[in-house]
Amino acid sequence: MRKDAITSLLAVVALTVLLGVVYPLLVTGVSQVAMPGRADGSVLERDGRAVGSTLIGQDFRRAAVGADGEPRLDADGEPVLVADSRYFQSRPSVTGYAPDATAFSNLGPNGRDTKAAIDQNVAAYLALEKPYDPDLTVGRIPVDAVTDSASGVDPQISRANARIQARRVAKVRGLPLDRVLTAIDDHTAGRGLGVLGEPGVNVLQLNLALDGSRGSTASIPRGTAGGATAAPSPVRVGGATSTGTTSTTTGSTR
Amino acid sequence: MAWVQLALLLAVVVAITPLLGGHMARVFAGDRTFLTPVVGPLERTLLRALRVRRDQDGPAGQDWKSYARSVLLFSLASWLALYAILRLQGSLPSGGSGDVGSSAAPWDVSFNTASSFVTNTNWQYYAGETTLSNVTQMAGLTVQNFVSAAVGIVVLVAVVRGIAARSTDPADRRAGSLGNFWVDLLRAVLYVLLPISIVGALVLVTQGALQTLGGPAELTTLTGGAQTLFRGPVASQEAIKLLGTNGGGFFNVNSAMPFENPTAFSSFVSMVLVLAIPASLTSTYGRMVGNRRQGWAVLGAMALMFVVLAVVITLAEGQGSPAQHAAGLVTSSVDGSSGGNLLGKEQRFGAAGSGLFNTVTTVTSTGAVNASMESLTGLGSLVPMIGMGSSEVIFGGVGSGLYGMLLFLILAVFVGGLMVGRTPELHGKKIEAREIRLAMLGALYMPLTVLSTTALGVGTDHGRASISTGGPQGFSETFYAYLSQGNNNGSAFAGHTGFVQPDGTNDGAFGITFADLLGGGAMLFSRFFPILVVLAIAGSLARKTAAPAGPGTLRTDSPTFVVLLLGVIVLVGALTFFPAFLLGPVVQSLTGGLY
Repeated sequence: MRKDAITSLLAVVALTVLLGVVYPLLVTGVSQVAMPGRADGSVLERDGRAVGSTLIGQDFRRAAVGADGEPRLDADGEPVLVADSRYFQSRPSVTGYAPDATAFSNLGPNGRDTKAAIDQNVAAYLALEKPYDPDLTVGRIPVDAVTDSASGVDPQISRANARIQARRVAKVRGLPLDRVLTAIDDHTAGRGLGVLGEPGVNVLQLNLALDGSRGSTASIPRGTAGGATAAPSPVRVGGATSTGTTSTTTGSTR
Repeated sequence: MAWVQLALLLAVVVAITPLLGGHMARVFAGDRTFLTPVVGPLERTLLRALRVRRDQDGPAGQDWKSYARSVLLFSLASWLALYAILRLQGSLPSGGSGDVGSSAAPWDVSFNTASSFVTNTNWQYYAGETTLSNVTQMAGLTVQNFVSAAVGIVVLVAVVRGIAARSTDPADRRAGSLGNFWVDLLRAVLYVLLPISIVGALVLVTQGALQTLGGPAELTTLTGGAQTLFRGPVASQEAIKLLGTNGGGFFNVNSAMPFENPTAFSSFVSMVLVLAIPASLTSTYGRMVGNRRQGWAVLGAMALMFVVLAVVITLAEGQGSPAQHAAGLVTSSVDGSSGGNLLGKEQRFGAAGSGLFNTVTTVTSTGAVNASMESLTGLGSLVPMIGMGSSEVIFGGVGSGLYGMLLFLILAVFVGGLMVGRTPELHGKKIEAREIRLAMLGALYMPLTVLSTTALGVGTDHGRASISTGGPQGFSETFYAYLSQGNNNGSAFAGHTGFVQPDGTNDGAFGITFADLLGGGAMLFSRFFPILVVLAIAGSLARKTAAPAGPGTLRTDSPTFVVLLLGVIVLVGALTFFPAFLLGPVVQSLTGGLY
């Protein structure tokens, strides 16, 4: 018994060194040498500054400014966000696109709150796109456009969703629709091995391409203070830090 | 494409089974393998360092009691080490995770988490990226991901040795040796889990999974917002999380997070990693008992149940949900979108890829998810519940799935023996009163645990504090939570919470003590009670002589027997939970209305 207990403790120590230190450091070392960009988070740079990650979705809305020049606040005191109409918009997120505090919305299949959240998303989508596509109805909106993603940072939207938004983006940017549709195709990832999963359009890369700079994948130094500008911080839903959060506020009006 | 994915997955798993199964049979027989030149010296050094008891032929054999004692002592030491790391993480180096994990995890969350990872459950009442430092993730959780999986594998190997023991020497039979736990443990880690994890982790990095100690990256988005990329050694933990059927994500949203599971291809690799060992062990078992057909028969039974579940969830999630239809959405496939219930799912996986992944991880006791389980359709959510309700024997956890299946095999042999009027036998060994009693205990403890903890969860004020929503959904949350913890699975209806909502003053994770402790207790019991049962059965079988098969012997490797086995699993496992299924997911899938 005593000998077994000593062996147990020795085994835990030895295996912690091997599996908890040597193994992760070995994998880190090989990854950092062989594929540094990917291992560091596939960070995209523009003009030498980190603007995002190819794998992580962003909020392409801005804080609305009122007549007095101050940011408008909603009833809860959160800044009101409006879509930047030059950009393709990502899927709805309950975490404000936070890759450092991920959470599911946990909305059920039969919930009234689920329908209310979808209704709100549908209204925002129609308000944004219908002026550029008068025939657009709720029945034509692709499901992904108005339902929360799982991660809250889904980098992709469906091709159907992108094609609807293309009319607006083309008009606002003064580009021919064909060129925008071609850009969508250029940033569509097909199914894995031709059969796995679903095709999707990478929203950040598409928007970057339309801005005229494709960006390049590169690693960024630790602690780069990209947030030093006077940019408004994105809306964070209060309970996003816990597993069990169900949030009723899906960001704010677009 | 949904069916092509399923067929491709099955084909790859069936192709792997004899290869990895044969490798593991050689590893646990102590034979030389292609890894021996690299790993052998390390193995010998560690064996010496651990001071493993030896007799004249090498490390001493252990009877079932001695083997079980080593399992329990090692697991206790692991539990204490992990609990200490969680409580002391504020004083340990952070490994580049900045402020995250700079303070101790609360004691009740630590209890739940230590119990969860030591039992191969990986239920998570915390959010990784806001609660744990990178050092805790590596030295605490990654280590337990490996060794809890290794414990499951070696218990299975010991049990099969007991069943397969054929020695004619009475002294050998009296000794009833099941092998040496420490030798088996090191071999499982060094020859099976570690090499595959290294390869698996690097494959995941090629897809974009993180692997860095560089710390968080702050950036300004295109519209001028701030975004912080939380980064850490993700891929190394991810590989063993899947391979060891653990399932505890580095991030809160688990395999839905692009940094954990970046592409549909990485999702496929994940599913293969999850199924590789549970499927291959059927082949190892067949080889060890000298009847490879037996291994294929068991694999066939598992695969049949799996395919039925995968088809149901794929069809259910392809339909969309009542709330989506009530909002006027058209969820059928259109040009440029495959549609379906995409709420709580990622575009790159789609409804079908999410359904398949979550079937794979719930039948295997992995519990990793790439979509929100709570947002599944009613019928869709019945699939993971049935996967767990069948005692996790449809592939099941590494080792634990097959030793659970062996209990059902013994029960099926007993039932078959009654039908044909012969003393039941398994591989020539008589199954008598002691083995049947133990097997019944092993089959019934789980429904008992799950149903009594669920009753406490919905019937007490303390339990109800964890529920986030009302109606059948709220019942499903609680039932799912204890079904998952009582089967060492780990997936969740994540609305069920062991946290108090943060209010600006209580930064991070604060537990609801009741849920943490009840769940932690259920996980510990559900892991170690069946281990004792199966080892006791193996100890008793190891001491019996084997009779050669005769014309009247009930064959356990025939299609007829597979049907009998399936019948026993459905009757004992799934039907026990029928009333509970009715109250939750069945009600939800029958109603088109909202509440």
